[in-house]
Amino acid sequence: MSNQEYVPKSKFGKWFNDRLPLLTLASHLADYPTPKNLNYWWTFGGILTFCLITQIVTGITLAMHYIAHADMAFESVEHIMRDVNYGWLIRYIHSNGASMFFLAVYIHIFRSLFYGSYKSPREIIWIIGIIIYLLMMASAFMGYVLPWGQMSFWGATVITNLFSAIPFVGEGIVNWLWGGYSVDNPTLTRFFTLHYLIPFLILGLVVLHIWALHVPGNNNPIGIDIKKPSKDTVPFHPYIVLKDGFALLMFMLVFAFFVFYSPNVLGHADNYIEANPMVTPAHIVPEWYLLPFYAILRSVPDKLMGVIAMLSAILILAALPWLDTSKIRSAVFRPLYKQFYWILVADVLILGYVGAMPAEGLYLLIARVATGYYFIHFLMILPILGFKEKTIPVPLSITEPVLGGSPNLATVKKKRV
Amino acid sequence: MSEKKTERREFLFTASYAVGAVGVGAVVWPLIDQMNPDASVKALASTEVDVSSVQPGKTITVLWRGKPVFIKRRTSEEIAEARAVKMEDLKDPQKDEDRAKNPEWLVMIGVCTHLGCVPLNDKGDYNGWFCPCHGSHYDTSGRIRKGPAPTNMEVPKYEFVNSNTIKIG
Repeated sequence: MSNQEYVPKSKFGKWFNDRLPLLTLASHLADYPTPKNLNYWWTFGGILTFCLITQIVTGITLAMHYIAHADMAFESVEHIMRDVNYGWLIRYIHSNGASMFFLAVYIHIFRSLFYGSYKSPREIIWIIGIIIYLLMMASAFMGYVLPWGQMSFWGATVITNLFSAIPFVGEGIVNWLWGGYSVDNPTLTRFFTLHYLIPFLILGLVVLHIWALHVPGNNNPIGIDIKKPSKDTVPFHPYIVLKDGFALLMFMLVFAFFVFYSPNVLGHADNYIEANPMVTPAHIVPEWYLLPFYAILRSVPDKLMGVIAMLSAILILAALPWLDTSKIRSAVFRPLYKQFYWILVADVLILGYVGAMPAEGLYLLIARVATGYYFIHFLMILPILGFKEKTIPVPLSITEPVLGGSPNLATVKKKRV
Repeated sequence: MSEKKTERREFLFTASYAVGAVGVGAVVWPLIDQMNPDASVKALASTEVDVSSVQPGKTITVLWRGKPVFIKRRTSEEIAEARAVKMEDLKDPQKDEDRAKNPEWLVMIGVCTHLGCVPLNDKGDYNGWFCPCHGSHYDTSGRIRKGPAPTNMEVPKYEFVNSNTIKIG
């Protein structure tokens, strides 16, 4: 890479860079050779960074007005909405921002699934991503508890009770999580603390995620190893910066639509009723982004097994680089995998839908079938497909299909083996 | 000679790690234990309830340790129904006689043993309680009959202070 010889132009720049090579880092980021065939599905990394920063900035400003106390939390949120200058705007950006964050992360994850971005040598990037995703869920859940409405309270009760399924020590763990014998003020204050902490943990992991990405470089839509830098790459700046920037603008349009035109459509009306430990709302459902896992939890009739199934559904993703035995990354060259991929997408959407419906009758049956298929996809289809599938020959380089020739040595070597 | 030195060094390493681990544990434990229920929470351990105005067939709900407690004055039909159930039909076998010492009064924590929601009175397939969250059905003795909950609704420690007053806790 060219940045090794990077020398700042100004005298001060050189003086500074000799002591702290920040400019070298900036130059590495700007010159970073990027596959030139990246499509718009690759812009969600930048969009997610934007989401994280937005949540941190709006979150810190909300914390200046929010009061983490069971008697005052609900009122302080109303105070933010009615009295605080632009409080309504900041809170709506923060609450809808959580949904936008998950929307973007799901697209980002499914992009990886389609193009095989989790495969060698990118397993660590993928696993860090899964940890970030888990932390996002924890933070979103705890953030949802803070307004102390009915959904907050009962969501907190149900989710923390998941731990009571653990044999012998479950009850003790739940009381420890609550700081009492039910969800109450001690629970609220610790959730607030952790909700404030986790985004910064995520920020740290994002740095590692990008660092790990910059070792092998980006995967790309045809999923082959490319030589860097070469005819197959373009520098990150200005090419990818502008493409990411344009995609971000489009994303912000969707974001703004929710914030300004339907800020409550993704929430639940019950959360505008203050928490009441004596009455459970008739129909409690988590936020939309957790629904598929909620459906898996409910589809298993046994309490402990339900909790295990739900957690496995997430953790199984961490094993994906080893469950998928195919050497070909991109689904473009895997005709069968491509079909199973779309079935999985449909399966997860179905799980999300039945997760929002009552767990009875036909819905329960559908949830059970969809849960079963989810695990079959990862535990049976993917490992077998790698051996059985007849894949389409991959091109030798990004430019080869268009210009012919110019093979990339790494790919050629792999093909001969 | 050198072998002896290695042994000595290894012993010192092991001893240092052991002492270090104990030290870390001693520091971490207060940080973990601070999250457990504190003294003021534990102090709210019992509550007394006047039940003189409860009519047969009615249930009142009181808050104990932040959790709702159902106190139901059962009708004779409900008692008969609860006592007629065969043990082999129960997921968590427990005699009604053991759950309600005084058959007229059923006192139990009104929390579904599945994931902690509050079940609804006089609902469900067994004329007892029904949990709206994930569909657990309880009978007139608060025993789980159908649905994902693993156990019967818990009976707390309680006693009749006099004929009109129940002390929970």
